[in-house]
Amino acid sequence: MKTRVYVTLKNGVLDPQGKAIHHALEGLGFSGVNDVRQGKLIELDLADSVSDEDVEAMCRRLLANTVIENFRIERGAQGAAQ
Amino acid sequence: MKTAVIVFPGSNCDRDMAVALREVTGRDPQMVWHREAALPEGLDLIAVPGGFSYGDYLRSGAMAARSPVMRAVAEAADRGVPVLGVCNGFQILTEAGLLPGALMRNAGISFVCRDVTLRVENSQSVFTSGYDSGEEIVIPVAHHDGNYTADAETLDRLEGEGRIAFRYWGEVNGSARDIAGIVNEAGNVLGMMPHPERAVEPAHGRTDGRRLFEGLLEAVG
Repeated sequence: MKTRVYVTLKNGVLDPQGKAIHHALEGLGFSGVNDVRQGKLIELDLADSVSDEDVEAMCRRLLANTVIENFRIERGAQGAAQ
Repeated sequence: MKTAVIVFPGSNCDRDMAVALREVTGRDPQMVWHREAALPEGLDLIAVPGGFSYGDYLRSGAMAARSPVMRAVAEAADRGVPVLGVCNGFQILTEAGLLPGALMRNAGISFVCRDVTLRVENSQSVFTSGYDSGEEIVIPVAHHDGNYTADAETLDRLEGEGRIAFRYWGEVNGSARDIAGIVNEAGNVLGMMPHPERAVEPAHGRTDGRRLFEGLLEAVG
């Protein structure tokens, strides 16, 4: 089963990459962009036996650095890899 | 002084570190591959060198921090063995939870590679005893992710407990409170972004890094 993990920077943590993307968008002439934050999407293909707790442990122990990042787990996104 | 340098796939300052340790201690360090589950006996110092371990995949230092050898490094640190993390080594030590906070992309986005002036904030640690508190030294940096970040409470604690070892003199990478290097609560783990091993011999152009190793040698024998 496909599971998606979204890793994003915590509120208040400065995101220099998001800022650079923001400037680049403005440079391309796009207006109305108030802010840009960059994150990561990690797709896992998991056996059905993997519990929600296991996925959360994966996030806490490796996929996200909880000092600076939040994570959100989306389980069972069928065909997510397409 | 018996030393070891941990080597990860993608480390590139491991040999510079080895040369610096040999130069100052007169003995070759043991090079320890990241897959080793145990460290050599009786180490007086473990160095976690700079570079781009695992190609900085996921986050700088994230993969290396979970490699088998780091469990042994954490155990040694718990026993009080001095651990020195430089650059990627600092990133690995924060990812491993041996030091608080995290190192993020430089505020200016650019890779910063130049000499920087540091202020020695605390000369009481085993790593900084070769310096005077308040002294200014010049050591090179070379990093993309050196922007030290921690919550305000952690930063206040680091300040209050004298655990900021080095501070940048002037803006370098956006680090909170200009932090260039910190020690753990017990004082035996130091993480720093600047490269003392690149300022050891006159041929390097500067030798301010040498006293870090000389101070260690004097402190731990």
